[in-house]
Amino acid sequence: MVRQVNRMSPFNVTSLVLGLAFLYLPIVILVIYSFNASRLVTVWGGWSLRWYFEFFNDRAMLDAAWMSLRVAAVSATIATLLGTLAAVGLARGERFRGRALFSGMLYAPLVMPEVISGLSLLLLFVALNAERGFWTVTIAHTTLTMCFVTVVVQSRLASLDRSLEEAAMDLGCNPVQAFIRVTLPLIVPAIAAGWMLAFTLSLDDVVIASFTTGPGSATLPIRIYSEVRLGVKPEINAICTMVIALIAVVIVIASLASKLSSTQGKSAAPL
Amino acid sequence: MSARRIFAQPARYAAIAPYLWMVLFFLVPFGFVLKISLSQTAIAQPPYLPVFDLAEGWAAITAAFSQLSLDNFGLLASDSLYLSSYLRSVVVAVISTLMLLVIGYPIAYGMARLPQRWQPIAMMLVIVPFWTSFLIRIYAWINILQHDGLLNKVLLALHVVSAPVVWLSTDTAMYIGIVYSYLPFMILPLYATLSKLDASLLEAAADLGASPRRAFWLVTFPLSLPGVGAGALLCFIPILGEFVIPDLLAGSGSMMIGQTLWLEFFTNKDWPVAAAAAIALLVLLVPPLVLYDRMQRRQLGGAN
Amino acid sequence: MTEESPDIDTRNIDVSAQHADVAVADAPLLRIEAVSKKFGSFLAVDRLSLDIKAGEFFALLGPSGCGKTTLLRILAGFETPDEGRILLGGSDIAPVLPHERPVNMMFQNYALFPHLSVRENIAFGLKRAGMARAAIDTRVAEMVALVKLEGMEKRKPDQLSGGQKQRVALARSLARRPRVLLLDEPLAALDKKLRESTQQELMELQRRLGMTFIVVTHDQEEAMTMASRIGVMNAGRLEQVATPRDLYEAPASRWVAEFVGDVNLFDGDVTSHEHFRLVVATRDGGNIVVVEPRQVVTKSQVSVAIRPEKVKMSRRGSTPDAAGSQAINRLEGVVTDVSYLGGSTVYKIQLDTGAVVRSSVANTTRLDTDACSAGQRVVAWFSPDDCLVLER
Repeated sequence: MVRQVNRMSPFNVTSLVLGLAFLYLPIVILVIYSFNASRLVTVWGGWSLRWYFEFFNDRAMLDAAWMSLRVAAVSATIATLLGTLAAVGLARGERFRGRALFSGMLYAPLVMPEVISGLSLLLLFVALNAERGFWTVTIAHTTLTMCFVTVVVQSRLASLDRSLEEAAMDLGCNPVQAFIRVTLPLIVPAIAAGWMLAFTLSLDDVVIASFTTGPGSATLPIRIYSEVRLGVKPEINAICTMVIALIAVVIVIASLASKLSSTQGKSAAPL
Repeated sequence: MSARRIFAQPARYAAIAPYLWMVLFFLVPFGFVLKISLSQTAIAQPPYLPVFDLAEGWAAITAAFSQLSLDNFGLLASDSLYLSSYLRSVVVAVISTLMLLVIGYPIAYGMARLPQRWQPIAMMLVIVPFWTSFLIRIYAWINILQHDGLLNKVLLALHVVSAPVVWLSTDTAMYIGIVYSYLPFMILPLYATLSKLDASLLEAAADLGASPRRAFWLVTFPLSLPGVGAGALLCFIPILGEFVIPDLLAGSGSMMIGQTLWLEFFTNKDWPVAAAAAIALLVLLVPPLVLYDRMQRRQLGGAN
Repeated sequence: MTEESPDIDTRNIDVSAQHADVAVADAPLLRIEAVSKKFGSFLAVDRLSLDIKAGEFFALLGPSGCGKTTLLRILAGFETPDEGRILLGGSDIAPVLPHERPVNMMFQNYALFPHLSVRENIAFGLKRAGMARAAIDTRVAEMVALVKLEGMEKRKPDQLSGGQKQRVALARSLARRPRVLLLDEPLAALDKKLRESTQQELMELQRRLGMTFIVVTHDQEEAMTMASRIGVMNAGRLEQVATPRDLYEAPASRWVAEFVGDVNLFDGDVTSHEHFRLVVATRDGGNIVVVEPRQVVTKSQVSVAIRPEKVKMSRRGSTPDAAGSQAINRLEGVVTDVSYLGGSTVYKIQLDTGAVVRSSVANTTRLDTDACSAGQRVVAWFSPDDCLVLER
């Protein structure tokens, strides 16, 4: 009786298989066609790395990719630093004046449409007369992604057993020492996961970057976006495949880190 | 609570830097949007009046206030372009959310009924595409949906259609793109509630004479409603402000509000109207956000 | 408690004998003076005063929510009292932060640092104290030997069993040689068998080190086994502070009598009072004679308390000399329920007067052909010396 009631029905299996196929098939097709020798995207002309070489000879694309990687690395790093500090303030600061505003400011960008975030930051940069380029995009991405880092690190801090910090104090640590010697090592996996999330979000963004970048400093997504509007190009397939590979590496590292954190504490850092 | 109080002071100092950052790069820019939405258009750089000049102090502030106008909002309300894009955003978000529910529920349900050790793997499989760039995922669909793309080839080979169908630049393509992009947002909250459901409830239902189908509609589905609500709102809210997917996949006939904003800003260079459209979009987001917040609170209250 | 009361009696004697030879200074090591702590409107600790002497093994016993853990956390410095003083060796430590107190705590869930090895966990507090490396190594080795964890030094907490974790936590909190060691439900996470052996080890350790232990527990058997003195807490106040034996044999209040062990209670009025001999007319148990040399009874409304193992029982008429004697309280009734508990059997007797009395009889032989069964008429009796009078 027990088995019968809770066994998977054919319907369950079918919907699961179809669902996963729906999620993965387009990406798999994209990856396969990136190795297509033919210029026509949909005609199979045999395996080839031609479009990868094409990319590495495309100066503008390479510049855009380099710009994106720099923006992603720098903004993810600043965002991780600020987001972790914000998470500590929210998770351990108890009540303080301006707390509601603080958490509101950190949660709003999570639900704010990107067009609005981008627009508002551009208006600020224009008003400040800032030259638009690497730093404006980096600041914009930091502002958005630090909110995600805050959420990830804060939930880890909230699930952390508070008696560990008390034990550290009981054994002679002042609060700052207790944080550095006990809390910080335990939330490192969550911080790492936060960094990777920030990195991929930055690498992904086209809308905010379009608003906040200046002439001559397009990011990779902006370039892909403008190419895609003109139609499908096999070179784009190759670029997309490389981005997917990069993100896959990041995911593997992140999941290893979260596994590490789950063996060290009560719950894994949410990805 | 004094052990916590001992920690609280240094923790508050930690919050100072991110606090200042968010005030400077979130709150202040937002103030600019509000202010410029109330300004006049100008053919200048930047293309709006009046320019807020802090150097002139209070006089400038009062002067600025005296020049504020609601004209841009008046334009939004009177011009059918804005009204229709407003309406279209809501319609697209509602239809997409319903489609996501119908497609996402069986998948989440299937995941929840997997043997225990397979469930984390299934969850990982659903999350991974979310990490992949959404631009790439949309591009992947352009590959498939284009005139001589894979979909048309398959349909032709199966003799379902006799001539290639136009998929790109249609609402169908847009809905496919939206459903594809937001599916993980729907599946994960649904799976979270369904997997927490006590298996013995279904056994009890069977014991009391309910067929599996009746047990699903009488027990499983009502208990999964919090997940349905969370998933629906998690999709509905960002779809309202969506720009890239309709821009790349839908036709140019009618626009969502995000597209209108983009058009006003980049093409028409009418920053005040774009800012007003942004405010209007935010107003549109408030009711679902309030609803979501209330649902989360109720669930937290129920858990305690 | 209902399980093996006779056991406990003998153990209590052992414990008090052990502690008789521990040298105890006259001035208290720790003095808690009228300490109060409120959480919102909830009064967790209510003007509580208590003296603890050096070398004592003191237990704070009480139901959950009685404030015992809050009191312990106040002593550790994790909570600041709203009122009152805490004197350690004569100086007020209430304003001293936890990391500066010469007091250490063993946490209920052990709170072992999951990212540090056993060795690093034990050395943690020593490093903070700025001890030299060599001295740390010596002390850690000493602690590891003390809790018998040799060979486990390099393991991480998640590679240890529950009992081993408990030992690491103990070693870590002892390593700094605190003047007072606070233990928050130290054995709650262990299973019953392990708990009993660990109780003995803790007692031995405490005696060997001559340190002052304050343990919080909700388990009265644990408190009675280990502690030289027990403070029973209820609703933020100390109901009674006494040795385990006094707590059981001479509870100060009806609440303590009911909380510690099992008890039969009869409400009634004092009808005669000559010297120490009282006669109480109970509402449903008839007249009960009590010899109460302990305290002066001033109120006439009282409860008579008698522990079940002191209520003897026999089948009607089988022991006429004892049952018929005028010197004791004699009650007749019918057995309604028999609970066999292994070491003893508890009989529930419905008296003819209407009251219900429980009698606990030690099972001294394996085959008891003479055992009573439900429905039999019996005589229950108890000596006036075994009764207690508690004011209502």
